[in-house]
Amino acid sequence: MTQPVSPPRDGTGKVPQVPLPAWRAAIGRADVRTLSLLGVLAVLVLIGGITKPDEFLDTRNLQLVLTQGSVIGVVTVGMTFVITSGGIDLSVGAIVALASVWATTVATQDYGFLGILFTAMIVGVGCGLVNGLLIAYGGMVPFIATLAMLASARGLALQITDGRTQIVSVESVLDLGERDAYVLGVPPLVIVFAIVTVIGWLVLNRTTFGRRTVAVGGNAEAARLAGIDVRRQRLYLYLLSGLCCGIAAFLLIILSGSGQNTNGNLYELDAIAAAIIGGTLLSGGRGTITGSVLGVLIFTTITNIFALNNLQSDVQQIAKGAIIVAAVLVQRRTASTT
Amino acid sequence: MPEPTPFAHRLTSRRGMLFGAAVSAGTLLVGCTSNESKDEEPAANDRPAADDKPGKPVTIGFAGPQADHGWLNAINDNAKSRAKKYSDVTLEITEGSNDTAQQIGQIETLINKKVDVLVVLPADGKALTQVGLKAMRAGIPVVNLDRIFNTPQAYRCWVGGDNYGMGLNAGHYIGEKLKGKSDARVIELAGLDNLELTKQRTQGFDDALKNYPNIKKVARQAAEFTVESGQAKMAQLLQAQPKFDALWNHDDDQGVGALRAIDQAGRDDFLMVGGAGALAAFQAIKQDSGVLKATVLYPPTMAASAIDLARALGQGKGVGGLAEFEIPASITLYSAVVDKTNVDQYMSTGFK
Repeated sequence: MTQPVSPPRDGTGKVPQVPLPAWRAAIGRADVRTLSLLGVLAVLVLIGGITKPDEFLDTRNLQLVLTQGSVIGVVTVGMTFVITSGGIDLSVGAIVALASVWATTVATQDYGFLGILFTAMIVGVGCGLVNGLLIAYGGMVPFIATLAMLASARGLALQITDGRTQIVSVESVLDLGERDAYVLGVPPLVIVFAIVTVIGWLVLNRTTFGRRTVAVGGNAEAARLAGIDVRRQRLYLYLLSGLCCGIAAFLLIILSGSGQNTNGNLYELDAIAAAIIGGTLLSGGRGTITGSVLGVLIFTTITNIFALNNLQSDVQQIAKGAIIVAAVLVQRRTASTT
Repeated sequence: MPEPTPFAHRLTSRRGMLFGAAVSAGTLLVGCTSNESKDEEPAANDRPAADDKPGKPVTIGFAGPQADHGWLNAINDNAKSRAKKYSDVTLEITEGSNDTAQQIGQIETLINKKVDVLVVLPADGKALTQVGLKAMRAGIPVVNLDRIFNTPQAYRCWVGGDNYGMGLNAGHYIGEKLKGKSDARVIELAGLDNLELTKQRTQGFDDALKNYPNIKKVARQAAEFTVESGQAKMAQLLQAQPKFDALWNHDDDQGVGALRAIDQAGRDDFLMVGGAGALAAFQAIKQDSGVLKATVLYPPTMAASAIDLARALGQGKGVGGLAEFEIPASITLYSAVVDKTNVDQYMSTGFK
């Protein structure tokens, strides 16, 4: 287990500083990582701009990429916290599915906007609570507990819908996905994503809660000796991940105008991949919200460029895998020189 | 998911037949099946065929996959409600499962119960061939529904949909609509690319478009048969193709998402043809307020027909409307195009 290496913060830097070349010291460790991700993103933008200048470099396309990244983006913010604490949440996709079908079941009974929103969030938090209790107080391994949640939440979602697509007709919800709802050209989904990101960044980097999360992930025993209630912290983290899934489910309902038990398919893998690419350590102890969000944007940009160039799904999958490997290799190189 | 896996010779023969004479072959097939159901509802019928008149009691065992999709759900409903119509039919239905081992176990249980006839919609046709053979050897005739077994020895009768025909008829419909338009551009939103049926649907579509030299398919993206993937892929397609004349979408479920993306992009400058026959699609076609103008059927009523055929098998009858004393060895349903002109006729078969 590595030492809890948090992004360098003024005042809290307990990490013994190795002398660095001046240019490296100037930008700092975390920033090198961020810069390399920005570099990957820049290359992608360049590729998109060269191959499809008219379609790619278009305001609508920018709105599209950001909108499509919003749902998985919100999930990834929650996932980043969980992974930073040394845990994992495999149930995020299933929770999104369950929250979306439960909320849209409510919608068919005319509970309206708030009914849908609150049901989605309550279902998300409820699943997170079960995960958290099993892991923190039941002593279950996160991998197993959330795997069990994955199975049962998907099963429950299937039972609720009978495999049917639940179409939402609540106008106030649907309107949020329309062009009229854009604020200064920014879709409401993207605004929610941005707010979740900013709050996530502040909580992880500027609060006691965030510092405890990193400490638990770095060395749980040391954290416990330092007086942190590790179990309660873990419970809160899975609650947080569940809440993010609930919000994401609501965004997905706005986006697709429906709830379906197949929603959120493979979100767990996408969110984990984005977080890892972003520089969050799978073993815990280090997490970066900025990196995760960049990871999500890299993925959605890739998908976008592929679709614009009419590449088939097999090519898309191969290339996606290659880019994950490339991004992580680039990152390891930049990181290992520190 | 409708997923027949016909073997090569069946596919090619079906292809040849449909491609050569799509309309006449289709009329023939639809004639057979619709006669069958029409003749059966009113009991008066003295042909030596399956009819409503109570005959020898028949116990039909039904095993299908997990209904995780609207279409499969409709399959179960169709089977159950058709069985209820017959006073002489007892339906033994197993819990749906996508797990091959579990489904084999369920079918073996039905064999041990000594049901008279088996209707099986396998989660995976190839993997369940052995248990089909086992049932046939035990003297229980099998009606294989949609996803086909590896060998005709494993079933007495196959009834299922026509994926190639879906593509073909969608292509012809679009071709006729765009006739006379020079340099017409068409795009395709396909289903899950790793399913054989998706390739068949695309192949049929491409073959149909070859009849219309003025039309060019400019883009194709595969979605995953889900609303979410339909929305995401369609949004990308719309961005990639600022101008096109027609869209064929393989599946009405993902079509819910596709229509949402089209609505969000504020586009209405093309016509859209769906696939499968969902109620929501029928309603949209009837309203005629959006881009969706037609859908190509992959009818879940095939489950009801399978019950009819199983009953006829159990009672040793033929099929009403056919001269033969026995039921046919295979029946491929017709992928009719439903548009505004005939949507009312099909409305009751639409699945949610």
